Amino acid sequence: MKVARARDFGLIGCRTCGLANVAAAGSCRRCGTPLAARKPASIGRTWALLLAALLLYIPANVLPVMYTSSLGTGSSSTILGGVVDFWHAGSWGIALVIFVASVAVPTVKFLVIGTLLVSSQRCSSWARLQRTQLYRAIEFIGYWSMLDVIVVALVCSLVQFQFIGTAEPRVGIVFFGLAVVLTMLAAMSFDPRLIWDAPAARRMGEG
Amino acid sequence: MSAPGWVICQYCDALYRARALAPAQLARCASCRAVLGRGGRLDAGRLLALTVAAGIVFVIANASPVITLSAHGQFNHATLLQAVAAMLRGSDAAIGVMVGVTLFVVPLLQIALLAWVLAFARLRRRAPAFVPAMRVLQLIHPWSMTEVLLLGVLVAIVKLSASLSVITGAGTYAIVALTLLITLIAKRDTAALWELGGR
Ligand SMILES: [Zn+2]
Ligand SMILES: [Zn+2]
Repeated sequence: MKVARARDFGLIGCRTCGLANVAAAGSCRRCGTPLAARKPASIGRTWALLLAALLLYIPANVLPVMYTSSLGTGSSSTILGGVVDFWHAGSWGIALVIFVASVAVPTVKFLVIGTLLVSSQRCSSWARLQRTQLYRAIEFIGYWSMLDVIVVALVCSLVQFQFIGTAEPRVGIVFFGLAVVLTMLAAMSFDPRLIWDAPAARRMGEG
Repeated sequence: MSAPGWVICQYCDALYRARALAPAQLARCASCRAVLGRGGRLDAGRLLALTVAAGIVFVIANASPVITLSAHGQFNHATLLQAVAAMLRGSDAAIGVMVGVTLFVVPLLQIALLAWVLAFARLRRRAPAFVPAMRVLQLIHPWSMTEVLLLGVLVAIVKLSASLSVITGAGTYAIVALTLLITLIAKRDTAALWELGGR
């Protein structure tokens, strides 16, 4: 089935309220939002945010995220170390949840956004429906990666006992939180309509 | 100039003629399967009641301790705001900002702005500053993380109960209720509100 595209008819859907506007109008008639056929410089911005996130994700996994001391002895743990600790303690469910939120979801996000960028740059017509569905999936699951940041914040504000023990956040969790924020921004700056654009439309547009 | 009678998919730019939808009917994009619209009226009165309930639960969730710990006669508890404030004061300000924004500022703004917009929608009117309110709601929507907090509380309870005794209380249950209510109100499709009145 051949589906008509709004751009071919000189129409733009408002990104704030969804109203169909005539492209020449400049701003949405209903809400005043400036109209843009595609998110400006979407591919360049998304690449920049994705690479920055990838760069921060390395120290986030190498550096400790939390320091705990009890009865005079202290130890630091990394994200993966925390997963392993839960696993050894017999809390397999929790180990799996943290592994999915902190390792699997970010990795899948890096791969999916990278794939979307490369295939859109090539104006590929491969699996357009599935690529759009993948985009919606990472939009939906991305923020669950903040789980570890919230756990560290909760544990560190609670475990503040004299003599018995204390817990303190370490810089790894800051890198991790920033990496998650950047992957979310990367997903937001990508324009899924680029998946559907034909090469001719791209040349006339902003690319 | 607008083009009335047309619906455009936000994900793939597909163009459709607008159709009237029956209640509970869902319109999906033929090329990318995104949801284009839902039938039925938005019940502003019911949604407002849920929003007010969310506001009350939000106050409880933030005023009472999320978790209380006890060890050898010492008790420690933390409310969400205490946790955020402690981080902002210390060397962990970046974490304090992330947690404070996603778990306090954004949910609070969502509840307040929705209540504002819905209170007028119930009277079939557009609220003053309707457009900026809707724009802010759309902008902050991805950063609302109350449901992640709920999972985080569960993980923290499991982690801590290995070596300390963990006491849950009103604050813990308030987070469960808040997660449900925020899901009901803020994750809902409020597109129908745009149909109210003129500009
Ligand atoms: Zn608009
Ligand atoms: Zn579509």
